[in-house]
Amino acid sequence: MNFKKAGLDSCPLTLGSTDQSEGSILRSRWFPFFNFAHAQFIFKMAAVQGGMVDAKDELDIKSEPPSDGFGNSNANDGRLLSSSPGAGTGGTATGNNKPAPGPPEEQQTLLAVLQFLKKSKLAESAEILRREAGLPEDALDPKGTDASGSGPGLAAGSGQVDGVDASSLLSRVTVSSSAAAQAPKKAAAGEDQPDVSVVLSAYSQQGDPSLYDAYYSGLKRFIESVLDCHRAELSQLFYPLFVHMYLELVYNNNESVAKAFFEKFSGDQECYYEQDLRILSSLTKKEHMKGNETLLDFRTSKFVLRISRDSYQLLKRHLQERQNNQIWNIIQEHLYIDIFDGMPRSKSQIDAMSGSLAGEARREANKAKVFYGLLKEPEIELPLDDEDEEAENEEGKPKKKKPKKDSMGSKSKKQDPNAPLQTRIPLPELKDSDKLDKIMYMKESTKRIRLGSDNLPSICFYTFLNAYQGLTAVDVTDDSSLIAGGFADSTVRVWSVTPKKLRKVKSAADLNLIDKESDDVLERIMDEKTASELKILYGHSGPVYGISFSPDRNYLLSSSEDGTIRLWSLQTFTCLVGYKGHNYPVWDTQFSPYGYYFVSGGHDRVARLWATDHYQPLRIFAGHLADITCTRFHPNSNYVATGSSDRTIRLWDVLNGNCVRIFTGHKGPIHALAFSPNGKFLASGATDGRVLLWDIGHGLMVGELKGHTDTIYSLRFSRDGEILASGSMDNTVRLWDAMKAFDDLETDDFTAATGHIHLQDNSQELLLGTYMTKSTPVLHLHFTRRNLLLAAGAYNP
Amino acid sequence: MAEERRQKQCSVVLPTESMKAMAESVGVGQLQEDSCVALSEEVSYRIKEIAQDALKFMHHGKRRKLTTSDIDNALKLKNVEPLYGFQSQEFIPFRFASGGGRELHFYEEKEVDLSDIINTPLPRVPLDVSLKAHWLSIEGVQPSIPENPPPASKEQQKTESTEPLKVVKPGQEEKGTIQGKGQSTTTPDGKGKEKGLIRLKPRSTHELSVEQQLYYKEITEACVGSCEAKRAEALQSIATDPGLYQMLPRFSTFISEGVRVNVVQNNLALLIYLMRMVKALMDNPTLYLEKYLHELIPAVVTCIVSKQLCLRPDVDNHWALRDFAARLMAQSCKTFSTTTNNIQSRVTKTLTKSLFDDKTQWTTRYGCIAGLAELGADVIKTLILPRLTVEGARIKAVMEGPVVSNIDKIGAEHVQTLLLKHCASVIAKIRPQPDNVEQYRAEYGYLGPMLCSHVVKARTQATLQAQQVNRTTLTITQPRPTLSVSQSGLTGSGGPRTPSIIKVPSSLTLMSPRPGTPSQPSPPATKYIVMGTSAGAASTQQVITLSSSQSASPVTSTVPSATSTLQPLVKLESGGTPGLTASRPLQKYIVVSLPSSASSSLEPKSSVLPTSISSASLDGGIKLERSESPGVSTQSPH
Repeated sequence: MNFKKAGLDSCPLTLGSTDQSEGSILRSRWFPFFNFAHAQFIFKMAAVQGGMVDAKDELDIKSEPPSDGFGNSNANDGRLLSSSPGAGTGGTATGNNKPAPGPPEEQQTLLAVLQFLKKSKLAESAEILRREAGLPEDALDPKGTDASGSGPGLAAGSGQVDGVDASSLLSRVTVSSSAAAQAPKKAAAGEDQPDVSVVLSAYSQQGDPSLYDAYYSGLKRFIESVLDCHRAELSQLFYPLFVHMYLELVYNNNESVAKAFFEKFSGDQECYYEQDLRILSSLTKKEHMKGNETLLDFRTSKFVLRISRDSYQLLKRHLQERQNNQIWNIIQEHLYIDIFDGMPRSKSQIDAMSGSLAGEARREANKAKVFYGLLKEPEIELPLDDEDEEAENEEGKPKKKKPKKDSMGSKSKKQDPNAPLQTRIPLPELKDSDKLDKIMYMKESTKRIRLGSDNLPSICFYTFLNAYQGLTAVDVTDDSSLIAGGFADSTVRVWSVTPKKLRKVKSAADLNLIDKESDDVLERIMDEKTASELKILYGHSGPVYGISFSPDRNYLLSSSEDGTIRLWSLQTFTCLVGYKGHNYPVWDTQFSPYGYYFVSGGHDRVARLWATDHYQPLRIFAGHLADITCTRFHPNSNYVATGSSDRTIRLWDVLNGNCVRIFTGHKGPIHALAFSPNGKFLASGATDGRVLLWDIGHGLMVGELKGHTDTIYSLRFSRDGEILASGSMDNTVRLWDAMKAFDDLETDDFTAATGHIHLQDNSQELLLGTYMTKSTPVLHLHFTRRNLLLAAGAYNP
Repeated sequence: MAEERRQKQCSVVLPTESMKAMAESVGVGQLQEDSCVALSEEVSYRIKEIAQDALKFMHHGKRRKLTTSDIDNALKLKNVEPLYGFQSQEFIPFRFASGGGRELHFYEEKEVDLSDIINTPLPRVPLDVSLKAHWLSIEGVQPSIPENPPPASKEQQKTESTEPLKVVKPGQEEKGTIQGKGQSTTTPDGKGKEKGLIRLKPRSTHELSVEQQLYYKEITEACVGSCEAKRAEALQSIATDPGLYQMLPRFSTFISEGVRVNVVQNNLALLIYLMRMVKALMDNPTLYLEKYLHELIPAVVTCIVSKQLCLRPDVDNHWALRDFAARLMAQSCKTFSTTTNNIQSRVTKTLTKSLFDDKTQWTTRYGCIAGLAELGADVIKTLILPRLTVEGARIKAVMEGPVVSNIDKIGAEHVQTLLLKHCASVIAKIRPQPDNVEQYRAEYGYLGPMLCSHVVKARTQATLQAQQVNRTTLTITQPRPTLSVSQSGLTGSGGPRTPSIIKVPSSLTLMSPRPGTPSQPSPPATKYIVMGTSAGAASTQQVITLSSSQSASPVTSTVPSATSTLQPLVKLESGGTPGLTASRPLQKYIVVSLPSSASSSLEPKSSVLPTSISSASLDGGIKLERSESPGVSTQSPH
């Protein structure tokens, strides 16, 4: 599908016109784009949904006239389209349909979209699109069909945004995706989006089904007989081969053979693929394949293996000798073998990195430069007296100074070479209240306790009582004054944990009576009658899965099963905006550390970057193969990390929407992410109960912390990054020595560019403490500014 | 293992019968077999798909249990209308039915009269969500407060005491010593770090925090003090508080020393108090006493067999203490006896030795028999039954011989009652019918005739029980009282658990046949008296005592009423003085089922237990008592 490209390419289109215009014109010019984005989104939805209907339809287009159900579903889409805000105002924006698509490729893409719309009988939408794109009435001639072929090439070309030095992020609105980063891969696969018919038809040519068993066991025998050093590497082949062979059997209606094949060999697969195998096992009919997301993921993305040259040669020779074309075909078509020169990896090295839905990350996927350094803090006149400052310095001296310290507020002027430009993405200006808060923060941080292995933090546990298993998300403000809980009954509750009660702003009528000149006007606008410790926010219509306070404590974000993200005001305790876009459950959302932006991710497998004052996303990060389960902002706000059910973590560049890192190694859906305060490292926790540590700059796994026995739902670094705290479903909070974990590593030779790390099993040494709660799963962790650890969870009798 | 499981998973498909049943339920009859197969595969696949999606919602809901709402949400994802009306926090009770070669599981949908629902008073509004803070850890050390789990779990204590080398005690890892920090006692790192090859069991240092010392002082004072209410509170604290692990050695020493002193001083009251402490310690679900049995068992055994436990043996009821201690003994044997420590055999040996000794006094003799009898039917069979003749002769000598002393006589009487009580049920099980008085006399001597009547009674009761077991045994499982957590916190201290009291012992009813009214504030237990009267000759009342405390399981005791008459009883339980929380009202359910036969009218109802000192009603009295008395889950002999 080329709609994504359509969206991508529409951006220079708007870009060109926005440069000289602003204000209302600018706004109106976006609409075409948003329209594209929206359309693209909806089409993606159709595919993602796995919906038995849509996916099938795409298949059917080629062969037969649409059935009734087909027409209905598209009518639905059509309605959505036309009711989208962009389309609604599209009429007013017709004036600017002059910026006709310049490059012919773009035009072709548009034609392809148009064609699809026509085909789908979305005449109205097609008409709108045609008008907006300024295409001639008769644009839809047969030559549009080959547009799809040129699609992939476009994606690669969209990297140009990188170089553009526009003044504001908003003017560079781009629907971005991983497409650029992954262009080669996807191109090889044929299409960016699963074009089901193409994908599945790859299975049609095949050999004798009864021989599959022999093929597979032949390969198995061969691999088992090779030298030890190659065996581990070649064993990686088992799983993808097994899956593809099984699917081929199923596709060709050899149900019983497939079943026998599955039963015979599923036991050989690594245990961390068990989940996928379970899904696979339920899939026994060709018809099932059409709507199955996991399967489509497997089909559309090539499974990536890293194999040393020697092992690969060995394999190749074997397959050629045996004339084992079946397997060779699969390897050629569905696997991507990343060959490297050097020593074959050991079993443990391979196990550390494998486990994701689509194999390991390719090496080049992690080569992009990441500016992981922190932004320079703005200079703020510190009303500190000198003693205080000295005290701080003295405190800082005995320990090794971390680069973090510099940016933390001391006077260092040096720019971190790894930091992004201050203006790389536009950040909101500091308000007076923010400055006050910064000052508070600095004051507090002087009183911060230095943590370490011999100086563990105290943990204060906030237990939600009588929550009856309904607590689904928790967040705490940075200054630890407010705590919010999202509940399965769709409510969001905000507590004040300081003596200061929560108050609403007075009503408009009452506000008029206030003397606006008075000094304590901020105090006066608050309605004392509404003071209470708890405020309940009603608005969602499904369980609230993600919740996040804005850094200035004025807003609260919540994401829910109902597909919306809501922005709440903590002044009036009302809902300000409902951000619609995800249409499917939104699993997580988080504010940027500088406010204004926020990121969300959900079941639709895309993460979105939003700005609070725009009701459409600024960026769409697409590339994950399964639900996005958690989203985190990098401390410098230039990057976003997303964890997913496909068992990978991706790091996205906010500027251009590219995927700059793919981390594989988890064996289960990732439910917790945390950046270290210095921005260099990322910690991730998953349902497999392990915490993995990643070096962002080098794109490497640098540590594994084993100990939890159940899903890890929260991770947090202490304010200085010395301690990593993890909270889990197994009712424990564990503290890990992050300093040691990262220090040990710096002695390692990172220049070994192969990226084959050898992890030592030192979890026990790094574990500083385990604290059992009383049947209370730990859902959230938070270090206060003085390094007191707050934990929260619902008592679960 | 995982592989085997996986292989099983792959081929689970709904049976075609289900398809047929479902088809019929929507009005499609006569579905082809082929269509059924195709359908069932498709349906199975879809169900699995939905289940997998539902799992996502469970994970994001931060739960371990899949709920119906997860399924609903998963259906929504697929654009399918959710199943309304299945909202249930707990499991959905599926019913099973078979017939006509079909087996069905169905969900019972009762017709509900709306007016009923409207007219029922509204249930109490559930408590609102609230937030409560506590210290999970203070500078790396987890404080032992009720909000935190016990520092050492029971399993850990168990492995520690049974396999001392495997576990390094919490807080005694290398870390503690290397750092030389003062946190050596309570670092709750749980897992011992196993480093180095030689692992010596580190020296334990027992330091109690100031709070713990205060607590210890308060508790011990309250336990042996004069204020009963305070004692009840203290005992409850011992029985429920999760943080006592550190203080366990102190308590056991306190008890053992206390018994040693008070036995000498013949202070019965204090001995009872100490035994109640033992009981409370044993009841504490977070403690594992194995390591302290060397102190506790001698103390308990002393209370069973000591020659004299009170100042006036003829008046004071030290028998009850012996019974109680015997039960404690049996309980600890049951819990802690292993092949390595052989507690049970060692105790048995001790008791038998003094039982076989001719010079043993009646008091000790009583204790020995009680102690042995509590250990179970096998022990009675092998150790007591052979002695019946000898003991009978001895009793006869006292009862019918010249009056030696009142004390001896009372002792002999007690021993006799005890023997009859325990032996009858055992004999009834092992001896074939019919019960012939002469045979009994020949076999068991003096006690024979009495035994015979007891056995007969036991048998009738047993048969009755067997008949009724399916019909009238009513298992009332009251859901655990949900503590209003916001008030009581996580402590459980609000739970109205008052330790049971043994003030009124069973044997007393022999002398003064009044129904046992506890002289102490009785536990605010919910009592269900369910009386099922069958058409048979005798009736059985079942007294189900549901104590609302957390640990006690419902104790069901069957009270046989007079041998040959129907005796529908209504027992009105007067609500004991409410325990600590006055808010919990005593719930009473009195279910009286009267027989349909005319025979019921023959006997007028009596509102209390029969006052005659017939052995039958005595039994009843005992049962009632025992159902209240602590710990031992009394199952009446039948």
